[in-house]
Amino acid sequence: MDGHMAPPLNLEAIRADFPILAEKVRGKPFTFLDSGASAQKPRQVIGAMVRMMETAYANVHRGAYHMSEQATEAYEAARGAVARFLNAGDVREIIFTGSSTNAINLVAHSYGRGVMKPGQAVVISEMEHHANIVPWQMARDAHGLELRVCRITDSGELDLDDLAAKLADGKVGLVAVTHMSNVLGTVTPAAQIARMAHEAGAKVLFDGSQAAVHRRVDVREIDADFYVFTGHKLYGPTGIGVLYAKGALQEAMPPFLGGGDMIAEVSFERSVWAPYPAKFEAGTPPIIEAIGLHAAIDYVTAIGMPAIEAHERALVDRAMARLPQIEGVTLLGRAQDRGGVFAFALDTAHAHDVATLLDRAGIAVRSGRHCAEPLHARFDVESTCRASFGLYTTPAEVDLLADALQQAREFFR
Amino acid sequence: MSGGLFDDLRDLYQEVILDHGRKPRNFKRLDDADRSARGDNPMCGDRMELFLKLAPDGHIQDAAFQGRGCAISMASASLMTDTVRGKTQDQARKMGENFRALAMTGICPDCGGDIAEDMERLAPLSGVHDFPSRVKCATLAWHTLNAALDGGAKEASSE
Repeated sequence: MDGHMAPPLNLEAIRADFPILAEKVRGKPFTFLDSGASAQKPRQVIGAMVRMMETAYANVHRGAYHMSEQATEAYEAARGAVARFLNAGDVREIIFTGSSTNAINLVAHSYGRGVMKPGQAVVISEMEHHANIVPWQMARDAHGLELRVCRITDSGELDLDDLAAKLADGKVGLVAVTHMSNVLGTVTPAAQIARMAHEAGAKVLFDGSQAAVHRRVDVREIDADFYVFTGHKLYGPTGIGVLYAKGALQEAMPPFLGGGDMIAEVSFERSVWAPYPAKFEAGTPPIIEAIGLHAAIDYVTAIGMPAIEAHERALVDRAMARLPQIEGVTLLGRAQDRGGVFAFALDTAHAHDVATLLDRAGIAVRSGRHCAEPLHARFDVESTCRASFGLYTTPAEVDLLADALQQAREFFR
Repeated sequence: MSGGLFDDLRDLYQEVILDHGRKPRNFKRLDDADRSARGDNPMCGDRMELFLKLAPDGHIQDAAFQGRGCAISMASASLMTDTVRGKTQDQARKMGENFRALAMTGICPDCGGDIAEDMERLAPLSGVHDFPSRVKCATLAWHTLNAALDGGAKEASSE
């Protein structure tokens, strides 16, 4: 991991970029450990979006006037920034969507139903977010696809032997798995998964909603066919997601949504689709959000993804050292390769009760099933608390969590 | 961090709630139940099944539940099954309506009359009104009760 060579982050400077971190919660400093649900936004992102609206806003790809041309240029520059961020070979391989969920639904429709044949199978895993489960169930039911679920091990890692078994009959058209679990923090061996899928004649989609935030992603190095992430977890705005899709696949895929901007010509008899990626971007796109995402990518890139990864890994190691020492605390999953996310449970209290107590200490964690109900069933737990770290999280905040958990255990003796 | 970090949470987690949460009363399946319903708050992981035994005249002769969930949801179901036993169905529904008001606002203008004593027993749960995200934990049992009284065909949720 190249991340361990990176210099430490200047946390004080970084935290000063995030206005919300100065807020108080119930009279205490705001300890935000829920970036995995949605991250906070730096001034650089907020400012870029406001500046665009104040000085350079109009609809894109439509007006033959200065402002629209400027907005179009900025919107397309954001696409370029995303392409560089993922190291895509061609900027046209980047499709803007409304979210990761939208992006996966696009693939489930346009590839799952539009290209795959009934009887072919999609492989997902036991540790998927609902966003990478439900669209495939819908495609299965509508299009006669088979849905296969790859097992995970007790340590919370993808069971590659089971993946090989699921791929063995050659019926699999697509492997759609997370690149990093939103509950366990497990990072999956993407390059190896892609190689296995390709050898079995399948394409591969990675849900990078978490991974793209916590480490450098190179879609060509891992040889992803589809890669999905979202703006709001990457310190950008809500309302924008990204689908990376190889050009040849986009060529073969029918559009998902119909409307303006995705056509070359329209008559009442027929329409001709615009070339990709425009054919997948029907209607007015998330323009301001794209500018915000561009600013967010510039922000994390300037700090450096390897440095961010190393910072979060150190925080996780700190948490992994402290939390198991607290009586009654168990951690869900113990993957070797992991990012800044982990789930835990307290023996004497339900996750919601724990979260309510932590909130009293100003600490925000997620509680429940984190949109991953089958994963909780897999580990036979009703619900967990999840802490997730961002580039602004400090070691002191990890200690605060551990101290508060200790007291919560005493409260719920 | 000093001790007593969570002292002000004793309003929410009163001893009676912790006690009922830890050792829920009427925590069993009623094999001869006339009505039953499942309640589920899927986002939180609160899940319960409620059983009602009705007397020939329709009043609730016995009530019990099984399930898993947070202290608030378990305590609420425990206290509810204790308080609706012996009530007519109309009384039980009225208690549920008033309990929801109590949980959401902390006050209950209509908690007098023939249900006053029972509402008093439920009052320790009124602390949830200060915790909007927890109100549904307290009301799940009562939504499930309505579902059971309605015939128990559908799954209740307070989300």
